[in-house]
Amino acid sequence: MRFTRTSKMLSVAAIAALSLSACGGGSNESGTSEGTTDAVIVVDGSEPQNPLIPTSTNEVGGGAILDLIFAGLVSYDADGKPENEMAESIETEDAQNYTITLKEGKTFTNGDPVTASSFVDAWNYGAAAKNAQLSSYFFESIEGYEEASAEGSTVETMSGLTVVDDRTFTVKLSQPESDWPLRLGYSAFFPLPAAALEDPTAFGENPIGNGPYKFAAEGAWQHNQQIELVPNDEYEGPQEAQNGGVTFKIYQNDTTAYQDLISDNLDVLKTIPTSDIKNFKNDLGERSIESPYAGNQTIAIPYYLPNWEGEAGKLRRQALSMSINRDEITEVIFNGGREPAKDFTAPVLEGYSDELPGSENLEYNPEQAKKLWEDAEKIAPYDESQPLTIGYNADKGDHKTWVEAVVNNIKNNLGIEVAGKPYATFKEARTEATEETLTGALRAGWQADYPSLYNFLGPIYATGAGSNDARYSNPEFDQQLTDGLAASTVEEGNEAMNKAQEDLLEDLPAIPLWYQVAQGGWSSNVDNVEFGWNGVPLYYAITGK
Amino acid sequence: MVWYIVRRFLQLIPVFLGATLLVYFLVFSLPGDATAAICGERGCTPAVVAGLREQYNLDQPFWIQYLLYLKGVLTFDLGTNFSGRPIATIIAEVFPTTAKLAIMALVIEAVFGIVFGLIAGLRKGKIFDSSVLVLSLIVIAVPIFVLGFLMQFLIGVKLQWTNPTVSGDATFTELLLPAVVLGLVSFAYVLRLTRTSIIENVNADYVRTATAKGLSRRRVVVVHVLRNSLIPVVTFLGADLGALMGGAIVTEGIFNVNGVGNTLYRAVLNGDGPMVVSIVTFLILIFCLANLLVDLLYAWLDPRIRYA
Repeated sequence: MRFTRTSKMLSVAAIAALSLSACGGGSNESGTSEGTTDAVIVVDGSEPQNPLIPTSTNEVGGGAILDLIFAGLVSYDADGKPENEMAESIETEDAQNYTITLKEGKTFTNGDPVTASSFVDAWNYGAAAKNAQLSSYFFESIEGYEEASAEGSTVETMSGLTVVDDRTFTVKLSQPESDWPLRLGYSAFFPLPAAALEDPTAFGENPIGNGPYKFAAEGAWQHNQQIELVPNDEYEGPQEAQNGGVTFKIYQNDTTAYQDLISDNLDVLKTIPTSDIKNFKNDLGERSIESPYAGNQTIAIPYYLPNWEGEAGKLRRQALSMSINRDEITEVIFNGGREPAKDFTAPVLEGYSDELPGSENLEYNPEQAKKLWEDAEKIAPYDESQPLTIGYNADKGDHKTWVEAVVNNIKNNLGIEVAGKPYATFKEARTEATEETLTGALRAGWQADYPSLYNFLGPIYATGAGSNDARYSNPEFDQQLTDGLAASTVEEGNEAMNKAQEDLLEDLPAIPLWYQVAQGGWSSNVDNVEFGWNGVPLYYAITGK
Repeated sequence: MVWYIVRRFLQLIPVFLGATLLVYFLVFSLPGDATAAICGERGCTPAVVAGLREQYNLDQPFWIQYLLYLKGVLTFDLGTNFSGRPIATIIAEVFPTTAKLAIMALVIEAVFGIVFGLIAGLRKGKIFDSSVLVLSLIVIAVPIFVLGFLMQFLIGVKLQWTNPTVSGDATFTELLLPAVVLGLVSFAYVLRLTRTSIIENVNADYVRTATAKGLSRRRVVVVHVLRNSLIPVVTFLGADLGALMGGAIVTEGIFNVNGVGNTLYRAVLNGDGPMVVSIVTFLILIFCLANLLVDLLYAWLDPRIRYA
């Protein structure tokens, strides 16, 4: 019975390994005192979908890791305020030409210094079409992006980037953008050591960064199982590790992770599964958190659907919006875990206002809704052979419940035919959105890449923008966005952004539903768990008990 | 005998070709563009989409894609999945875990199913028989995910006898609970099959002869009754091994086992053709081999069966 013998040996080895990791912290048996900084924190994660290269990572699983092992020119504090990290200074006079100076003596964990070229080369790599990097569009503001990123282009550098010396480089944008420095904390803008560009695939398996953490060893990324990070002792900055390491345990679903959390096998869970939202506060008590973050949920209605275009379409959109009881749905379905939307952005952002003219269109008002609908009928009759559907992907996230609730709201208040339309997979829904073949509305969630109002407006509602599923096009709105970007200060810019939002609130290319709230919890082994502006726990600040 | 085995192995070739062609076609026909899954909520620029399509041969027609895949298989290069990782590496990572889990489940269901079924069959109509029958009915009737979550909550969370989830190492002790859950339903079937078969055989002529010869009851039961009753059970177990390998998606999900089922599920969602085809083909081969093993076991169980 060879099988039994090996498995016995395996279990002995496992017990040894378990007791070893218990000594390292994380577990409670070791009897550590309060607020220890040597505990290894076990947190939930999801498998990064691409090699861990900043410009090829566009999802949260990989993003969480990159944010810990890299440090950009700036980093965001808990409220989303950027503070200089690698940058000594970022200077501009016209919001178009930037001079960036780096701090002295910063290094990657392999000893290489962080120089101006570390940034410039990484950004050029990210933008060049031949590298097909998923986040390439983040560099679109930089002069020369068009040439480098065009299909089939062999241009490898952007003309707007110039290295002055080891610690200085200049950036020329193709137009003035005052909020551009805000973006520099996003992962696409991280620097790369020279080794990364020599062999990106190998680098993506064992990335070398300059952030508060580093890979515990070669192969610390055990695919679909865990990723083990340890503090980078060389790192000095605002996000210094307050623990002995962070291990991302990869879960296939939240429900399973929750079982691990309540039995103290997992220290931090960033998303409470829908099935446990009703009881997680009871289960965890003081160890639970609800923290609003920069994300929202909307329903985009394409303008290429005949029922929803023109003046009649506008009135119908307003009617639809007013027939949705956001207060009730957020309370009943999400147990208060969402906040009814008052605009197109999110409350944690600087410049946010819940009193924009037109925000009354997002308030529940069934009588007015009915009236608007009738007004629309007078302009152009509603084609009932093309009833409204609200599409959502059924493979990830639990959208069915709230979509059904919204559908019922609309049905009851407007008396029209509406139905939820599940897509089996996310990609199926995205394909239809990209190819303009949607036959109804589509739910759209947006989570901020960087803390700026523009990030919620430009990429989604500007004419021809990548995520403009509704195919909204309003020259006035576009102009206001451009003006806002060109403003000399962020404050002035925000004012213009909110002005632009007034158009959106009137036209409603998408119907904002609610703002996201992170619902998370932690085990009795850890302390100081806080969530950041983007709904991700501040892993570096967590301590053991 | 040897010739028989060789012939069976040769039969695997058309099975392999047919299966890969069919599965590849099915994945190819899935709605939605695979690059949309890679690009995610934000989408990519058209240039990036074009780059990705070229990288994964998505710009080629179906036949070319399939032939390129076949060429890869014949040169022992399964290619990479949409995350850019070699498929062979991924299979080598997840396969041992699932194999361990499936074999543990198989052993559990076989041992307990046959022993309980034997006792129940020999004591037909008695209290043990009736209670085991009720128990097996419950197990068959309750969906596997209910059983899974229930046992995870009771044993893993409340009693804390074991971790609620399986770690990356997938040790024997960690896999025990998921293996029990996985084997539970088949256990009920094995039990019922064994019981029925035993009841049939206990009254057969050769058993009466054996008893009349003066053989001990133990020998009669083990060598004559049980051995002859095992043929349907072994058939079931052989087919079940294949089902356990590929069909453990639910159990693997509940206990967070990084196995074949979960990998396959993700690959299907992403429309990751080469990955899906490689895993499914692998499972088909295992299924065929398990069936061959079952056929060979027949000859051992029942000497009247001969292969030439």
